Amino acid sequence: MKKIVVSMQHINKDFSGVKVLKDVSFNIYKGSVMALVGENGAGKSTLMKILTGVYLKTQGEIFLDNESVNFSDTGASQSKGIAIIHQELNLVKDLSIGENIFLGREPVSTGKRIMWNKLHEDAGYWLDKLGLKEDPRELVKNISVGKQQLVEIAKALSIDAKVIIMDEPTGALTPAETDKLFHVISDLKKSGKSIVYISHRLHEIFEICDDVTVLRDGELIGEEEITNLDEDKIIEMMVGRKLSEQYPRIETEQGEEILKVENLSNQFVKDISFSLKKGETLGVAGLMGSERTELMRSIYGIYPAKGSVYLNGEKIKVNSPLDSLRHGIAYVTEDRKANGIITGMNVRENITLSSLELFKGPLGFVSKGKEETSSIEYIEKMSIKTSGTKQMLKFLSGGNQQKVSIAKSLMTNPKILILDEPTRGVDVGAKKEIYDLINKFKSEGMSIIMVSSDIPEVLGISDRIMVMHEGRVSGFLGRDEATQESIMTLAVGKDVI
Amino acid sequence: MMNNFNKILKNKPLIVLIATSAAIAFLNTRFLSWSNILTVLRQTSINAIIATGMTFAILIGGIDLSVGSVLGLCGAIAATMVSSGTNVVLAVLTALVLGTAIGYLNGTLITTGGLQPFIATLGTVTLLRGAILVFTQGRPISTGNTPSSEYFSEIGTGFLGPIPIPVYIMILVFIVAYYILNHTRIGRYIYATGSNEEATMYSGIKTARVKRFVYAISGMMAALAGILLTARLGSAQPTSGAGYELDAIAAVVLGGTSMAGGIGTIGGTAIGALIIGVLNNALNLMKVSSYYQDVAKGIVILIAVLLDRKQKSSR
Repeated sequence: MKKIVVSMQHINKDFSGVKVLKDVSFNIYKGSVMALVGENGAGKSTLMKILTGVYLKTQGEIFLDNESVNFSDTGASQSKGIAIIHQELNLVKDLSIGENIFLGREPVSTGKRIMWNKLHEDAGYWLDKLGLKEDPRELVKNISVGKQQLVEIAKALSIDAKVIIMDEPTGALTPAETDKLFHVISDLKKSGKSIVYISHRLHEIFEICDDVTVLRDGELIGEEEITNLDEDKIIEMMVGRKLSEQYPRIETEQGEEILKVENLSNQFVKDISFSLKKGETLGVAGLMGSERTELMRSIYGIYPAKGSVYLNGEKIKVNSPLDSLRHGIAYVTEDRKANGIITGMNVRENITLSSLELFKGPLGFVSKGKEETSSIEYIEKMSIKTSGTKQMLKFLSGGNQQKVSIAKSLMTNPKILILDEPTRGVDVGAKKEIYDLINKFKSEGMSIIMVSSDIPEVLGISDRIMVMHEGRVSGFLGRDEATQESIMTLAVGKDVI
Repeated sequence: MMNNFNKILKNKPLIVLIATSAAIAFLNTRFLSWSNILTVLRQTSINAIIATGMTFAILIGGIDLSVGSVLGLCGAIAATMVSSGTNVVLAVLTALVLGTAIGYLNGTLITTGGLQPFIATLGTVTLLRGAILVFTQGRPISTGNTPSSEYFSEIGTGFLGPIPIPVYIMILVFIVAYYILNHTRIGRYIYATGSNEEATMYSGIKTARVKRFVYAISGMMAALAGILLTARLGSAQPTSGAGYELDAIAAVVLGGTSMAGGIGTIGGTAIGALIIGVLNNALNLMKVSSYYQDVAKGIVILIAVLLDRKQKSSR
């Protein structure tokens, strides 16, 4: 008989009117491991952030040991025994293991002095429990990521956590460290702790989880005991939606091969080879950690890489974005705010940033008149909603910022346009407009590489799909053979393992 | 008209300048005399020129602490050359090229060397001050009594019509800097790099090149200030320029430029430098002891910057 520790019931969450969780219920059982799976954006993280008090729920109830709770911050959830270990570990690298474990809870003497010996002894106790043979006085930056993970777990245990949430814990671990972690998890289970295990790696879920909860598009698809499931069934639950949106893909005549990448390798990707035809749209699918973005950035000259890139049959060398743009390869980044747009500059200055040399005036000065004319042209062509060319980018909506980012690349007149998550964080209407633009570019003979985590989008827009798994190409799918299942199967690396 | 008036009201540095000047004029009638105004302008010119270079450095999110030593070294080199009878143009060009080269080196330490701008220029400011002491043997270098030295001293002491030559040079520097920042590609790249270096790099711009350019400009401006100062005094002191980076940074910040980079104007820096010039002048006019002068200056700087901060955060 399974005993429920945490029960989240009928949880709804809106972000400024957009429903990200719809009537989701989620249970965590005592002494057992619950897997939480779903595609990127399915709502897993949001659900866990609500449980731990990072976000407030819009509707619904949370019960902890049959008692209704409502955490307003992570401190509150921690004090009730719920700990979360984030994918990007929250450790202070320049402090010792012991200091990290007891950060903010240092044992102090009556004179308010920190009792360092006690702190490190206590820390040692928890490390022993986890079988981690490190001196608690060692600085966290000097130990491997796998051990850092265990330090996080030690921290969770030391606050007497009943429930430990692990978000993609094995992302940065070696196979040996993963094994170690799984041993620790099964020990924790035996001692009555409950674990929520979020992962894209389905084989891990079969190895250590007892139950699986699947989310899709913010909705609960189901909770099942792991023994009733197989990988195919989980994949089907994860992706099994209809193509609800309309993808206006158009057929165009594809020309000859324009780009060929051969055996591209660096610290992120291994042996990547693919080609692209003139007028073709190549979709690139994969899960988090598949290094799709890193591949695109390597092609664009941000990260150095070994291997060959041919443009129209000629070998080219790209060492910087500038080289890439000069060869006619433009890249629209996935992270607009970090490296796509400059929020403190206006629409005109953003659009023309990559192609200022086109606007020469007298004495080599920049001709603001020419810039203005050209910017207006692009604002109209791409229907960017702005009060004018002098509007600061920070006051534009996500979709319009994205269009500005695309416009900047277009102005360099590329032959190949790489779009990385072009519709992330943009609303449905703007999505449609971006698809229309992609088709327009295509019909003008441009070749497009579109990286997207939105599988229906990849299916709807691409002529051909390349699927990646952990830095490698795990397969190509033609338009006719591609389905959500076939993409997901390649994306989780099922055949590769 | 109304619009222009509002614009002035929003320009906090300008208001601070006008208010301080008005208050001083009220307290001391000599302040607004023509000859005193020219004195203020001439005294401001050295700091204003350094601050112009500093504006470039701060706009890309950096800082140049080395300007004081660059000023001292380039001044000493110019003085030595002039005193040995070298052609003035050659002496001035040498000093300018040296300053630019040092600035470029700062830029290279920061880009290729990957050092923090603060650390890199902290290193060069100390190193160069030592170099000055070695070069001058710790003694002042007179510009001497050659025909060149007479021409040279004109740069610092001469007049063209009623206005001192350094004032013309300051205005010219402002105009050129304004054009670079507002009407050239490199100017746009400077703002872009300061606002979001990564996005600028992704846009196909060699941000390292932009940075080296900026530090070279800052070095050149410090050298120019060194030439003016040496020409005015008729000698190069081994300690000259020490601490000048602080007045320059103060002028830039008073002018509304963000230390985080990406936001700021040359006009603002000009006003900032004038505020400092006016304060220095007024405190002298009113015979305030030099100990209290720094206290007063510091207070005014803090008040002005606080006012500016308030305005920005209330938006």
